[in-house]
Amino acid sequence: MSRFMSIIRRDLHLAMRQGMDSLMVVAFFVIAVVLFPFGVGPEPNILARIAPGVIWVAALLSSMLSLERLFQADFEDGSLELLALQPVALEITVMAKVCVHWLTTGLPLIIAAPLLAVLMNLPEDGFRVLLIALLLGTPTLSLIGAIGAALILGSRRGGILLSLLVLPLYIPVLIFGVSAVDAVIGGFSDKPQLLILSGILVAALALCPWAGAAAVRQGLE
Amino acid sequence: MFHRFANPTRFLRFAAVVQPWIAWITVILFAVGLYLGLLASPADYQQGETVRMMYVHVPSAWMALFCYSGLAIACAVALIWKHPLADLAAKATAPIGASFTFLALVTGSLWGKPMWSTWWVWDARLTSMLVLFFLYLGYMALNNAFDDPGRGAKSSSILALVGFVNVPIIKFSVDWWNTLHQPASVVKMGGPAIHASILAPLLVMSVAFTTYYLWVLLIRIRREVTANKVHALQMRQASRRGQ
Amino acid sequence: MESLSVFLDMGGYGHFVWPAYGVVAVVLIVLMIESRRSLKSAEAALAAMAPTKDGEEGSKA
Repeated sequence: MSRFMSIIRRDLHLAMRQGMDSLMVVAFFVIAVVLFPFGVGPEPNILARIAPGVIWVAALLSSMLSLERLFQADFEDGSLELLALQPVALEITVMAKVCVHWLTTGLPLIIAAPLLAVLMNLPEDGFRVLLIALLLGTPTLSLIGAIGAALILGSRRGGILLSLLVLPLYIPVLIFGVSAVDAVIGGFSDKPQLLILSGILVAALALCPWAGAAAVRQGLE
Repeated sequence: MFHRFANPTRFLRFAAVVQPWIAWITVILFAVGLYLGLLASPADYQQGETVRMMYVHVPSAWMALFCYSGLAIACAVALIWKHPLADLAAKATAPIGASFTFLALVTGSLWGKPMWSTWWVWDARLTSMLVLFFLYLGYMALNNAFDDPGRGAKSSSILALVGFVNVPIIKFSVDWWNTLHQPASVVKMGGPAIHASILAPLLVMSVAFTTYYLWVLLIRIRREVTANKVHALQMRQASRRGQ
Repeated sequence: MESLSVFLDMGGYGHFVWPAYGVVAVVLIVLMIESRRSLKSAEAALAAMAPTKDGEEGSKA
């Protein structure tokens, strides 16, 4: 446990030093969403209709942008190899890095989401469920993304390749996340969608650290 | 059984013997299937002549899924048992499966226009096929993204398995999200729901597509085995020169 | 001749049915050709590198 926390503390410390990264992720999130009114016109009804989808897609893309750095820096300077050789299971290291990724990417996105919901004219009923859905969904995005980040270590075309690998796997989270918000706005219950999102999160918590560690291991060979 | 083919040279000899048979079987099956599908079978009561597109669309879609399962199995065998041909079989399968997926999408679109009067429909099956297409592309891209082919093979094998686990989840989520496609009318409890005269060309074409896949697979695995030998010889020559 | 044009017309759906079969034929044939070309060039490279090795007979079907 203490090893886990020490990796988190170390990575957070590094992230704080380059504090710009979190701000840039949020900035991208905002800009990406703001592009849509320019694209589809400012009519409030249209914006309200597409708001959940636009916010979720932008969250997906923003979450993905910072994935490349999850393992890259440690891979390049050799510390990833040292971490792999620790008596601590590599799965714990991966889990710790995922936590830091979520704290520096997912959490800022959730904080920025209400502002964007206002800009996109999301109906008031939708605010609460949007935040809950993002809270359940963004950790899954970090978990799945970690596998992708590990798989491209040492490859030629990291960033864009990572998007191609990871975005199809994000689709279920996207579908249920948007559906939850649409359900509440339409007057229905969001329970099924939120339950499914929770289920996906639990499954990801169980499987992704293991798959991510396997990917890191073969990346270090 | 597969242990016999861990030796690449033995596999090449096996492939050289088997390939002509598979080739002829494929050609005959296609001939019979096309005859049954285009000439000897009736038009559908509701869909008219458009039903003939089913004879290429449905086998394409089945093969797209069949190949992805084969890809996942080959990758699992490669990772767990490290069978030397498993990696190559996976790498060889991917472009074939991607081609079938592409065909399923295009023929589905062409079938959809007269049926639903639009070129693209976001119905559950077409959408799942589209996502499957991206899973194939991702596998192929990752496979080719490394200078060392072994690294590419291992990395993409993990990706293929992760993707495979996701296929039912994605299918479930897309189903949730939309429903428009025809209900499954061939494989159902209590036997197929469509008439024998339409089922016959469908099954023949499906088998033809499968043997075609095996035919091309053999060629592509032979290519990978040969390319590996070339690579190994180049490495040996380079190290010899370096001494 | 009359029945040929009826056949090609496919009950008015000829513009969809034939392109469907056509694209299938094109893709399957191109895939086959590309695979065989790739195999031939790999075999040629192998033959060029090691002319004294027992040549692996690759019979094309």
